[in-house]
Amino acid sequence: MNIYEQEKALLAGLAANDTNAIETIYRDNYTTIQAFIVKNNGYPEDARDIFQEAMIVLFEKAKSDSFALSCQIKTYLYSVCRRLWLKRLQQQSRYYPAFELAKETVQVEDEIEAHEKLNEDFSLMEKALNNIGEPCKSILEAYYLQKKSMPEIADTFGYTNADNAKTQKYKCLMRLKKIFFAQYKNGE
Amino acid sequence: MDDTLLLDAIERYRSGEMSPQEIIFFEELRKNNPDIDQLAAEHNFFLGELDKLSEIKNYRHNLNEVENKLANEGVISLKEAKAKTKIVYLWNRYRRTIAVAASIAGIVSISTATIVSMYSESKKVEVITPLVDHQLKQFANKLNQIETKLNDAAVGIKTPAKPKFEANFRATGFLVDGDGYIITNAHVVDNAKNIIVENKKGEQFSAKPVYSNKITDLAILKIDDTLFKKVTNLPYTFPKYSAELGEHIFTLGYPREEVVYGEGYLSAKSGYFGDTTSYQISISVNPGNSGGPVMNKNGEIIGIISSKETNADGVVFAIKSKNIYSAVKELKDDESIKLPSVNSLRGLDRVHQIQKMEDFVFMVKGN
Repeated sequence: MNIYEQEKALLAGLAANDTNAIETIYRDNYTTIQAFIVKNNGYPEDARDIFQEAMIVLFEKAKSDSFALSCQIKTYLYSVCRRLWLKRLQQQSRYYPAFELAKETVQVEDEIEAHEKLNEDFSLMEKALNNIGEPCKSILEAYYLQKKSMPEIADTFGYTNADNAKTQKYKCLMRLKKIFFAQYKNGE
Repeated sequence: MDDTLLLDAIERYRSGEMSPQEIIFFEELRKNNPDIDQLAAEHNFFLGELDKLSEIKNYRHNLNEVENKLANEGVISLKEAKAKTKIVYLWNRYRRTIAVAASIAGIVSISTATIVSMYSESKKVEVITPLVDHQLKQFANKLNQIETKLNDAAVGIKTPAKPKFEANFRATGFLVDGDGYIITNAHVVDNAKNIIVENKKGEQFSAKPVYSNKITDLAILKIDDTLFKKVTNLPYTFPKYSAELGEHIFTLGYPREEVVYGEGYLSAKSGYFGDTTSYQISISVNPGNSGGPVMNKNGEIIGIISSKETNADGVVFAIKSKNIYSAVKELKDDESIKLPSVNSLRGLDRVHQIQKMEDFVFMVKGN
């Protein structure tokens, strides 16, 4: 396999949430990113944060229909991390870094913007989930986030049968939807 | 059809649980009932959002798993955090010296860059290649040699060699009290072992910090050199009131070995991220301008240059001069500063203002 094919396979693995692909990308790139961040007023903990964030940007990119990476993964990750870190320094009013690894970078503004929009949507949904209270929150999380089956949920939450649990789940979902859209429209 | 049924239908539709007949019926229903179609679209979007959240959460979970695994193997090191603290700190220092104006123009930054690459080599992490050409340093050295030769030739007498002092940063400062008190930025002198101030004639005096505040980023140095002659009347004052938007301002500083004049205007009454202790000014500055005075048309010093935004041109931040008053108040008992109260620059034209004050603006160097 040449590099291009290897990277394509890695990204396909990433899109499928494959831990092996994640691990390979981590091994190949993490040290460089940490070096960059530590050299720019950051700590290894910051590097972990930023790298995770960049991995999510890459994940979103790998999953999108219009997906095409015009550069190597390492260049892309470095560009995203660099941008994210500069932004964070700016937000925290820390000084700007003066040192750069002499590495090629690519434009990643659009992706980072899209990623931030997504993050906002997710935080809206999480906020809505936190607001509906129990047992709704747990039931919905079990079904929609952890993808557990209805009989399993009925068992965990003590419903006599899956149908009862299902009715309860729909009631909860309606409430969640209401809260979510109320916030969503406020935010627009 | 009530919402619950519709939700159920959409979920089964999305997950492919519907029979072909059901699908036809459902699609027909949506086509014929705009209301239901609207609701269905909304439900669909909503469930899509939930799906995406689920996906990201699972993905994050995997990221954490991998991270923990690699941390256990030592590929990702957290211990490094503590071991590196000291180095990071030093980095801060050099970086901050330059970060004041991140363009990499001056000799200071070149020498800093050299130090930086030395550090990185000793750290045995990936060698950074600063975006500076090391040949520039040699070039700069040559230039200095030539300059010295020319100066010597012009004067005709060989000037006594200055004590050898290897500075690794350079900034600006100015007298706030004729007794030898100089104000500059805290980020300039914090961590410096030796500090030397130099006036525009090239006379050097040793100085030591007597005050430093990281929050306001102000520091006060005291010239403790016997060669320094006290100044009786400083020509400028420090207004306590806030300067106005659009005011024309000018500055003197040492972005190079010679004093450099710059002018611009006050662009905002607050500094970086709404910081009310500083102004945003629009002026061209370079590394070395840090700690320089910002004057208005009357020659009053309204601020002290502290930093600039890397990604934007001409966005510079200056600490408001009223912070000087609080700095002076916070001085230790054995130091006392009397700020000048008479402004003798008012009404003069710019050239004369500069002539009257440039002797009191110093280059701050150190290592």
